[in-house]
Amino acid sequence: MAEDLVKALVDLSEEEALKIVQERLDAGDAPLKILDDARSAMTIIGDRFSEGEYFIPELVYSGEIMTEISEIIKPKLAKAPDFKRQGKVVIGTVAGDIHDIGKNIVVLMLDTHGFEVHDLGVDIAPEKFVETIREVKPEVVGLSGFLTLAYDAMKETIAAIKDAGLRDQVKIMIGGGQMDNRVREYVGADAYGPDAMAAVSLAKGWVGGK
Amino acid sequence: MAKSAEELYEERLKRSLDAMQLKLPDTVPVIPIIQAFPMYYAGITIQESMEDISKAAEAWDKFLADFDPDMTQGPLLSLPAKVMERLDLRWFKWPGHGLPASKMYQYVEGEYMKADEYDEFVFDPTHFMLTKWLPRTLGALEGLSKLPLIRDAMWFGWFSIVGAFGLPEVREAFETLTDAAEELAKYNAACAAYVEKMKKMGFPSSYGGFSWAPFDLVGDTLRGSHGIMTDMFRRPDKLLKAIEKMIPISIEMGVGPAIASGIPLVWIWLHKGCAGFMSDEQFQKFYWPSLRALIMGCIEGGIIPVVYCEGDYTPRLEHIKDVPRGKVVYHFERIDMIKAKEALGGIACIMGGLPNSLLVLGTTEEVKEYCKWLIDTAGKDGGYIMASGALVDEAKPENLKTMFDFTHEYGYEVYT
Repeated sequence: MAEDLVKALVDLSEEEALKIVQERLDAGDAPLKILDDARSAMTIIGDRFSEGEYFIPELVYSGEIMTEISEIIKPKLAKAPDFKRQGKVVIGTVAGDIHDIGKNIVVLMLDTHGFEVHDLGVDIAPEKFVETIREVKPEVVGLSGFLTLAYDAMKETIAAIKDAGLRDQVKIMIGGGQMDNRVREYVGADAYGPDAMAAVSLAKGWVGGK
Repeated sequence: MAKSAEELYEERLKRSLDAMQLKLPDTVPVIPIIQAFPMYYAGITIQESMEDISKAAEAWDKFLADFDPDMTQGPLLSLPAKVMERLDLRWFKWPGHGLPASKMYQYVEGEYMKADEYDEFVFDPTHFMLTKWLPRTLGALEGLSKLPLIRDAMWFGWFSIVGAFGLPEVREAFETLTDAAEELAKYNAACAAYVEKMKKMGFPSSYGGFSWAPFDLVGDTLRGSHGIMTDMFRRPDKLLKAIEKMIPISIEMGVGPAIASGIPLVWIWLHKGCAGFMSDEQFQKFYWPSLRALIMGCIEGGIIPVVYCEGDYTPRLEHIKDVPRGKVVYHFERIDMIKAKEALGGIACIMGGLPNSLLVLGTTEEVKEYCKWLIDTAGKDGGYIMASGALVDEAKPENLKTMFDFTHEYGYEVYT
């Protein structure tokens, strides 16, 4: 049964996957185990994305199916699932920029791969990043931006993190449309990633190093 | 002896069209895609330029005094903020309306056509646009949702249309439209006047009409990104029907205005077909055939389609090269330029590829080197137009100047 769910989700058979979830619940399977199987399917999907077999639409679609599964499972759980988290990430699109398609996929993949993700949303002021970092104490910070107007916003955000005395406590990655390594250097980030799985790789690398 | 504006105009026009049609021009043309740069250059905010197009025009005067594009578009991208405000446009944030005064306007994702509305949209797009899309996207036109089925007007069916105007919300919507039309007329007049002014200054205008890939017409401001991506899995047949319906619409959107304006260019802005945003199979099934139909429709209408490929189009080269020789321009944001020239050399004109980050953050030496590399790679025997990958907002003026000057000088050397 477990393999059925994993296969159905990995194959993006939405109806099939939801049917299996319901059948397993009716059969008395532990809800947490069902959720866990769904999450391992998401990991496989992430791998297929890295390998160039799946693309953003598959991530978006599987993300939606995953949400539907969670909605069926969560009411059945005695308490909120407490997955072992390998690290914490604070992420947001920087001030003046309201794009988030890419960021949302990064959030999905980081969450799937066991990170505790604090997604601030879009158009986030440097102060908000600083405040959240102070509170959450993440290992990793992700700055998303689409347009060239994001360059200075990222530079200011990283400067604010530095001024708050927090720069050494975090690794900072950037990504998005007009971002690249030249921008990474300009803004003072630790890395640039071209897509969601690159973000996962970077985050894993940094957390693993601790 | 200095050339007259008239001579410069003809020279620049010929240079641009020669490159586009794969004839050898006298040098590499520079057709920059300029958005907010003139405002930054002239020291005004984007907000000011959008609230008063005469300010945008003044900024463009300053830009054109110091830079010499072979074709350019004038202040039309300083969209009329007052019109958008009056109508309460929902899918945009702009400086002074959700964004700071000098940050560029941006699209706000939303679902303005629901998943279960495909059938009604395809059956009568006009009714859908009038009574659902317009009210949903322009908040001040909520009253239009009360309009009846105009397609039922035969015989005395029109009674219901007349009757609708007895409703206060319908009247209000039409009054709002009248106000907005008055304000929009100023913007339209200013844009048309600037095309004429640019001609007198010696600069050809780079647009006659705009259009979008049929897939993007359904995906951008109707279904939204999440919607269109999941539709490929959940309802592919309905999606394909809608895309097919959009083909003649996409052609008429671009070709009519281009013919009317006398500028034989349609700019087609692609969004969702790039690397990463769909598989090769999805591209072949959903994106390319209808896009190709649009391209062919432009060509048959006597117009040159300038296809702006947002994102990375390297994996799409094998498909997009299937177009008639010397009739299409492909503008690339990001591309493996060597592969692009291999695929498209002798078939279509290549444009762009200069990274915006270089213009913003690089040195003039780096800009020169990159321009030289682009011209050497893509410009052999013509068929290349210099431009940045994406619309230019921020840029160091000296870098932009280098892009223009070096390209013209070096291109002249290479082609002589």
